[in-house]
Amino acid sequence: MNIEDIKRPENIVYKRPTLLTDTVMHYCPGCSHGTVHKLLAEVIDEMGIQDRTIGISPVGCSVFAYNYIDIDWQEAAHGRAPALATATKRLCPDKYVFTYQGDGDLASIGTAEIIHACARGENIVVIFINNGIYGMTGGQMAPTTLLGMKTATTPYGRDPKLNGFPLVVADMIAHLDGTAFITRQSVHTAAAARKAKAAIRKAFEYSGKGIGLSFVEIVSTCNSGWKMSPVEANKWMTENMFAKYPIGDIKDILKK
Amino acid sequence: MAEKILMKGNEAIAISAIRNGVDGYFGYPITPQSEVMETLMKEKPWESTGMVVLQAESETSSINMVYGGASCGKKVMTSSSSPGISLMCEGISYIAGAELPCLVVDVMRGGPGLGTIQPSQSDYTQVVKGGGHGDYRNIVLAPASAQDMYDFVDLGFELAFKYRNPAGILADGIIGQMMEKVEMHPVKPRRTAEEILQVAPWATTGKPSSRERNIITSLSLDSDIQEKFNQKLKEKYDLIRRNEVRYSEFQTEDAEYLLVAFGCASRICEAVVEELRAEGIKAGLLRPITLFPFPENEIAALAKRVKSIMSIELNLGQMVEDIRLAAAGTSCPVGFYGRQGGNIFTPEEIVAEFKKFNNLK
Amino acid sequence: MAYKGAIEIDIQHCKGCGVCVANCPTSSISLSKSVNGKGYHYAEMSSDNCVGCGACGIVCPDSVITVYRIKTE
Repeated sequence: MNIEDIKRPENIVYKRPTLLTDTVMHYCPGCSHGTVHKLLAEVIDEMGIQDRTIGISPVGCSVFAYNYIDIDWQEAAHGRAPALATATKRLCPDKYVFTYQGDGDLASIGTAEIIHACARGENIVVIFINNGIYGMTGGQMAPTTLLGMKTATTPYGRDPKLNGFPLVVADMIAHLDGTAFITRQSVHTAAAARKAKAAIRKAFEYSGKGIGLSFVEIVSTCNSGWKMSPVEANKWMTENMFAKYPIGDIKDILKK
Repeated sequence: MAEKILMKGNEAIAISAIRNGVDGYFGYPITPQSEVMETLMKEKPWESTGMVVLQAESETSSINMVYGGASCGKKVMTSSSSPGISLMCEGISYIAGAELPCLVVDVMRGGPGLGTIQPSQSDYTQVVKGGGHGDYRNIVLAPASAQDMYDFVDLGFELAFKYRNPAGILADGIIGQMMEKVEMHPVKPRRTAEEILQVAPWATTGKPSSRERNIITSLSLDSDIQEKFNQKLKEKYDLIRRNEVRYSEFQTEDAEYLLVAFGCASRICEAVVEELRAEGIKAGLLRPITLFPFPENEIAALAKRVKSIMSIELNLGQMVEDIRLAAAGTSCPVGFYGRQGGNIFTPEEIVAEFKKFNNLK
Repeated sequence: MAYKGAIEIDIQHCKGCGVCVANCPTSSISLSKSVNGKGYHYAEMSSDNCVGCGACGIVCPDSVITVYRIKTE
């Protein structure tokens, strides 16, 4: 059979989600952000909640997330997205409210905001992109940078005596009574991306139940910051990042 | 006859917020304004009007909750005192940059640093000139009584929504803590979802298929677009300057000497004017009610006919700079007297300083 | 049951990251020797072994791949 005969509308099994705008993403080739944006767009579309979803974008590479997913957005100050989300959800309880934050935003400058949103049990979704580096500002050390990892501000590798140890946020907040669902996922393979999508969907569904905060960490790559090709970065992530940030569910209060 | 209730200025803020249909209050305890949130928590407005009241983990978080709530087109506010306002300046800058309405109450205490917990007016420059980074202005109301505290909540929101701009109430520890009779105006209900769509079509209320998505942001990487936006803000601030100046005058009609004071200092200066007049010295008082916009034209006009102007403030001399700008081009001398550290001047003290400045006996 | 698939790539918006190439279970995708308007060696279908599994589509960060599939028996 001719390839062109297969390419008919009725044979489509996968296509660009309708909730992604036509704007070309500014992300580097191979960046995990694009994949996570796509999964979010699919989940919001499949749940039919476009008109009830409010996204809060961070400061960092994904500051322009609002250009890519066709929903209402607020763009927060660095680290403050959970505060905006708290007020938005409390004032508009019928809405689905999520924050989208990187590791510098969430785990460094925004630690107070995320910890207390978790402790209060805000009924929001937090998407946490952990690639162990500051992307937008040019590859500096993040709180989640692995020991020994070279960045622009740890040119000889992260030294715990000088720079301290990586912060493992998902495990920390699992101890807080206000969190309902905490999971760590990745999007480097099709299987991983499908699991991540299911986790994002679960997080949105939980946030509608009023049972507390749902947190989806995506262990991600920053191939530009890591100075690798996208494919090498994915490999490096599985060999190094997963040891410190293992993939899987960490907490699920509805699971018996 | 409207009901009058004896209450603190801080309590008046809280009661007024509930009665004027405010949707949300987000705050953090700090002396001398903690009664605002304490009163709200005691009144439990979430059971009556549905108003959200939340104690945040910091002033930084409070103001960013205000940012989120304001993004939804809601009437949201916070209150704090000087060190807390410093922390909020980041958020206020974002709110100004995103052109959102909100109300921020500053019940000032002495600074710099941790300073004192006693009253002061030393946040004038910070609050009136913006406070955070970037070119922006807050609409600033200066109450001089508990009644003003009550009334300015509603006025602040009216102006904030009219201009999509943060509005502030710049009070001080005296106004916040003293008890006075406050007249209760008729209750205003909270806005319905439909009314919010009318008043705030720009708000993030969830994107229906009938409109483009609403984005609340202060970011622009394009210099030309950013400059155009800055110019748009300037036009807005100029419009506010033209339309919203508020002030009161006390015995200025025939005044030969002018005192200028805001907030609690203006009340003390009324006694000063009366004492001076009893001695045959024709003094008058101008009290700016809005600090931004500043009554510069009114002061400029008075500067042309009085022998001198003296600014009386509980700080080292902040508003006096704006008075000097207003009087520039006239030969009118501008003096200043102030106290700091939580100390309050007496009328006699001001009379003596006034005479010294004006070479009067 | 056997499937046959095909993909359509929006080559002007492909950034040539190669994540789809690494994820294709039938080695049906490779990066072109040619470049697009942005100078990227875009991805292209390089064999007719495609089974339309959709792996490339879901991992593509720029969502430029449409995947088609038909049953062949």
